[in-house]
Amino acid sequence: MAGRGRGRGRGQMTFNLEDLGIGRGDSLPPTTFKPSPLFPPMPVQPVPLQTGEEVEYMLALKQELRAANKTLPFYIRRAAPKRDVDRYSDKYQSGEPKDSAIEWSPDWSRLPKELCIKVRKPLAKRHPPQVKQPKKPLVGKEEILTKLETLEKKEEAVNSEEEEDGEKKKTNEEEEQAEEEEFEEDFEEDTDYIMSYFDNGEEFGGDSDDNIDEATY
Amino acid sequence: MTAQEVRLCGLLLQEHFGEVVERIGTHLLRGGAQNLRTIANETNTPLDLVKKSLCVLVQHGACEFGSGRRGPGSPVEYRASCERVLRVLRYPRYIYTAKTLYGDTGELIVEEVLQRGHMTMSNTVKTVADRLTHNMEEGRSMEYSEVVSAFSKLVETHFLQRCPPVAEMGTAATSTNPATPGTPAASASTAPPTAESNPDCYKLPHVTLIGRGKRRRSSDDSEEQRGGKKAKMDSESCGDEGIYWQVNFERFHQHFRDQAIISAVASKLDQTSSEIVRTMLRMSEVTTTQTAAYTQPLSANEIFRSLPPNYSISRPILDQYLSLLVDDPMEFVGKSGDSGGGMFGSRSARIFRLLLRKRHLEQKQVEDFAMIPAKEAKDMLYTLLSENLVQLQEIPKTPDHAPSRTFYLYTVNQLPTARLLLQHCYKTVANLIERRLFETKENKRLLEKSQRIEAILASLQASGAEPEQLTEVEEMITAPERQQLEALRHHINKLDSTENQVDETVFLLESYIFSTKTK
Repeated sequence: MAGRGRGRGRGQMTFNLEDLGIGRGDSLPPTTFKPSPLFPPMPVQPVPLQTGEEVEYMLALKQELRAANKTLPFYIRRAAPKRDVDRYSDKYQSGEPKDSAIEWSPDWSRLPKELCIKVRKPLAKRHPPQVKQPKKPLVGKEEILTKLETLEKKEEAVNSEEEEDGEKKKTNEEEEQAEEEEFEEDFEEDTDYIMSYFDNGEEFGGDSDDNIDEATY
Repeated sequence: MTAQEVRLCGLLLQEHFGEVVERIGTHLLRGGAQNLRTIANETNTPLDLVKKSLCVLVQHGACEFGSGRRGPGSPVEYRASCERVLRVLRYPRYIYTAKTLYGDTGELIVEEVLQRGHMTMSNTVKTVADRLTHNMEEGRSMEYSEVVSAFSKLVETHFLQRCPPVAEMGTAATSTNPATPGTPAASASTAPPTAESNPDCYKLPHVTLIGRGKRRRSSDDSEEQRGGKKAKMDSESCGDEGIYWQVNFERFHQHFRDQAIISAVASKLDQTSSEIVRTMLRMSEVTTTQTAAYTQPLSANEIFRSLPPNYSISRPILDQYLSLLVDDPMEFVGKSGDSGGGMFGSRSARIFRLLLRKRHLEQKQVEDFAMIPAKEAKDMLYTLLSENLVQLQEIPKTPDHAPSRTFYLYTVNQLPTARLLLQHCYKTVANLIERRLFETKENKRLLEKSQRIEAILASLQASGAEPEQLTEVEEMITAPERQQLEALRHHINKLDSTENQVDETVFLLESYIFSTKTK
């Protein structure tokens, strides 16, 4: 009884197929056996794009905006992941931001206090301290000792600065940054070598005068 | 916030602000209001990056903050706004409109304010003057006063508005703008203040800016480039600290809407009637609020007086036109039928329009009215039905709903169909962006090579090299590579242009849905 009607004609349904518009003898579309293709052939082509001066101009605007966005400080890049070994070129090729400072200064009064981060000062401020470089080798012994003491204190100050929250007041940061910048030439990367030793080419030329008589191997 | 909208917002955030902001933004969009710690934990991002991203989002108006749900003592909660992020797609259109209305100066002002979210007037004027000066010939520079006048014109016509004052959380102190009425503390708990709630929203600050734009010298170039795009912190403050200006999107939308109406009338009737409608709309620009369904009633006399003088329309002809306009069953923004034509053919579009007009039709009537042979009409109706653009309505003749004795009527529900089409549009734009990113990624090596070669060429030309050197450098790109580059550029331009045009449809559908659902 259940098999009656199966295979004969189209099968029985509760409503009249003619009302839906499928008359007797009409064939239904074939059944599908696989998922539809990824790029099916389109029976109707889409409406062609508009062209014209207006459209070209807006296109150019859009591409310019996209390029400009990458240079703005609003484009936030993830901090570079720490590589396994510290490389020499890291010192000279710092493309990505290393610390967590923000590159532009928003109006902090319009933002909740918890979002306050210290603002990174622009790099232009580095130029004045480098002018003092040639004088550094002439410094006397006592001054070297005092410098060592201040460097020690500096180290401790930097360590405590790394532990603090982002809620430090701006004036404090400015003082510390000014101090940091003064000593930065000597103090970079925790090395024992004074940076000026490498940067100043005059000393190198002067030393070699003493060794002319010795044979070079 | 549908899945398609969130996906599109994510892609837009990634293009404009990077991956970190994209992650935070999509998390906020999906999850609703959250506080800082939750965001940091759930997205596995370091706290500093989260803070930076939130600063960026708030700066651009994409995110709002308010005190938490448990009252003023709980941590601050952040809410992202999907709608605002989607506006990013329309930036070129806003800038172009500003250019057509207020020239290059207006265009640059709007572009600067859009790129930075919100800015003070003095900052904007200085940056724009510098940019204009840079593009002018040697020896000429741009006066600040010209820029200021363009800025004030934009403010007068409401295209720029002041940012709403920030409500203090928990304290009774007044916010930065002392002219705020009411209690800020109360408004923080109910709803974030809108720009319109500030009565000084369109008032220019009393600031005298005297000066000229500075031309960038090539020696200053390296420093300028680092500081050029960042907001220049001049040592003197100009007296308008704390008053920030943002672009008034609603006003631009009103303008687009008026343009769409005028062009629809022009294509349906004729040029003269479109001029009449344009006059009517212009007169009611300031008297109508943006969300009103109808403009204020205008008498025929007023219209007659305000018509532009070069259109010599006499009074009786004006009356005739007005009666024509009134009788015409104008569907202002009811353009949900047009995409039916594109995908399913113009005959399906005919069926669709027919159903829109006649509301409910039977199968046989559809064939008769549309003058399409039965078989094809059937096919098209079923395709439309399967795509949910058309619905089937049953009207039983007998109480037992016997199928042989029931009317089956085809009908179109406009509002749900419009929403469906809008989601399709969002999906389309997201797909376009993804395809563009894919194409760029595939050919990344080639693009980098061509960029390097262009840089080399530019530096060689600047230092005055001979033509042989230039040709030698140019030959570093082989001919098939050149072809590939050309094809790539062509594809990317096409994809970009398509995004812009789909956005026009998005605008129409959004306005339609917005105006229909508020009735």
